[in-house]
Amino acid sequence: MQSLSTPELSVGEGVPPAKIVVRELRKEFRTRNDTFVAIDHISLEIDQGAFFMIVGPSGCGKTTLLRILAGLDTPTSGEVRIVQEDPSKPGNSMVFQGDSIFPWMTVWDNAAYGLRMRNRPQHEIDEVVGHYLDRTGLTRFASAYPHQLSGGMKQRVSIARAFANDPEILLMDEPFSALDEQNRTLLQEELLRIWDETKKTVVFITHSVDEAVTLGDRIMVMTAQPGREKALIDVPFERPRHVLELRARPAYGELVYSIWSRLRDEVQQARLQDEAIGSK
Amino acid sequence: MKISAPVGRKDVKARAGFSNTMRDRIIGLSSPLLLLLLWEIAVRLGIVDARFFPPPSRILVTLVALIESGVLWANTWASLQRLFWGSLIGGVPALLLGVVMGTYRPIRAALNPLVAATYPVPKSAILPLILLIFGLGEASKIAMVAIGVFYPVLINAVAGVLQINRMYLDVGKNFGASRWRTLSTIALPGALPLIMTGVKLGVGMGLILISIAEMIGAKSGLGYMIWNAWEILSVETMYVGLLVIAVLGYAFTLLLDELERWIIPWKADH
Repeated sequence: MQSLSTPELSVGEGVPPAKIVVRELRKEFRTRNDTFVAIDHISLEIDQGAFFMIVGPSGCGKTTLLRILAGLDTPTSGEVRIVQEDPSKPGNSMVFQGDSIFPWMTVWDNAAYGLRMRNRPQHEIDEVVGHYLDRTGLTRFASAYPHQLSGGMKQRVSIARAFANDPEILLMDEPFSALDEQNRTLLQEELLRIWDETKKTVVFITHSVDEAVTLGDRIMVMTAQPGREKALIDVPFERPRHVLELRARPAYGELVYSIWSRLRDEVQQARLQDEAIGSK
Repeated sequence: MKISAPVGRKDVKARAGFSNTMRDRIIGLSSPLLLLLLWEIAVRLGIVDARFFPPPSRILVTLVALIESGVLWANTWASLQRLFWGSLIGGVPALLLGVVMGTYRPIRAALNPLVAATYPVPKSAILPLILLIFGLGEASKIAMVAIGVFYPVLINAVAGVLQINRMYLDVGKNFGASRWRTLSTIALPGALPLIMTGVKLGVGMGLILISIAEMIGAKSGLGYMIWNAWEILSVETMYVGLLVIAVLGYAFTLLLDELERWIIPWKADH
């Protein structure tokens, strides 16, 4: 059902080469008289077309790892290699946590942002943006401004913006964490549907074990400070998946439970650390 | 009967809403009118000195006379032109410099002390220097307005860029926005609400400074008209000048509010 493996994955014959290779990644932040290690000894290989989930307690450096993959932060040591197959495509596009769409642009302009920045021809922008607005159910809201939209709608815009940019890999930083349960389920379902069309390599961060099992092919569970790899778990469920149907299966519950039991120690440790800092 | 009942109810509702807004409007209009009436009566009864506070009726007569002779319009037009050019010459560079200062830390570090040191100098105190440099012609008046508009726009533009959520800059970086595109698609629009506040403050400052500048070494403009009226002791003309400046200030506020609605359509509160 599930396999645990060490960071050094063996790559067999005929297996497609890894899309993302991370080796011994470490990131420290210096404060006045302290060095804070956000992540340490992170090694990963993520296959082309994989939906890779990273789950861990808050403050485990998940976002730091994603920002390094995005090129928004530099590691203190270690290496990140992302195989770029088509040099005309952008390396990655990120779906940020929270409200990241520009309030001064319409839904359409937000979704077109990446293509505009890369100076793509207008007919291509019209076609691609039109397609993803349709896919995310936003066509009716194309000329609306973000303040007129609900939280779920805004996150749909953010997803459309990332997909329309047609990147080599998609990075998602807890995109649904601010949404209510119903909206989250709906957006997970929509994301899976859009992803099925493109099969892009995705690295998706979440603190929700449910979300990790629902969406991912493989899940990395991270430890609390410093963030290290605790376990690597394969998700055996076939695709295309239907969120609610999947969640009704006993195997789903078993997998969630088994990941939760690994994560529980980490969450408790993170809380103890927080309390230790608080009592200083 | 069955039909008329709901119609009747709707009628009552409509009348109630109408009377509420109308009542506010009537109060708003009548309070200044009442004050003018009290003023008029006080002067006529000799409670208030008519040499300093001429009755509103005489100010009105002077207003009409100044309009008919074309004097008022000529002076107002002269002031408006100076305000326009001054706002443009002071506002546009302030906007550009402010956005660049807000975006680039080293430039901000270099220029902030200069701004902080020169900003508190009263603009009226540098009028003699401005007259020395730009002479008694149009240039000195326009320069005064430009200086008045420059600072509020600059300071608000810098603050406007600095309050932009860092995440938007990350988005720009992640989606490959160039330096120029970062300025034009993130820094400028993100700072625009505060920049508009700066423009409003700046135009108000410009109106103050143009009145002062025109009192010294000018042969036209509302400031000149007021100063000249003092010299020939035409107190009514002074009041007309003050009235027109007040009306202009109010009109600019309405105009800039409208402009704001038009260029910042994404703001939720309008």
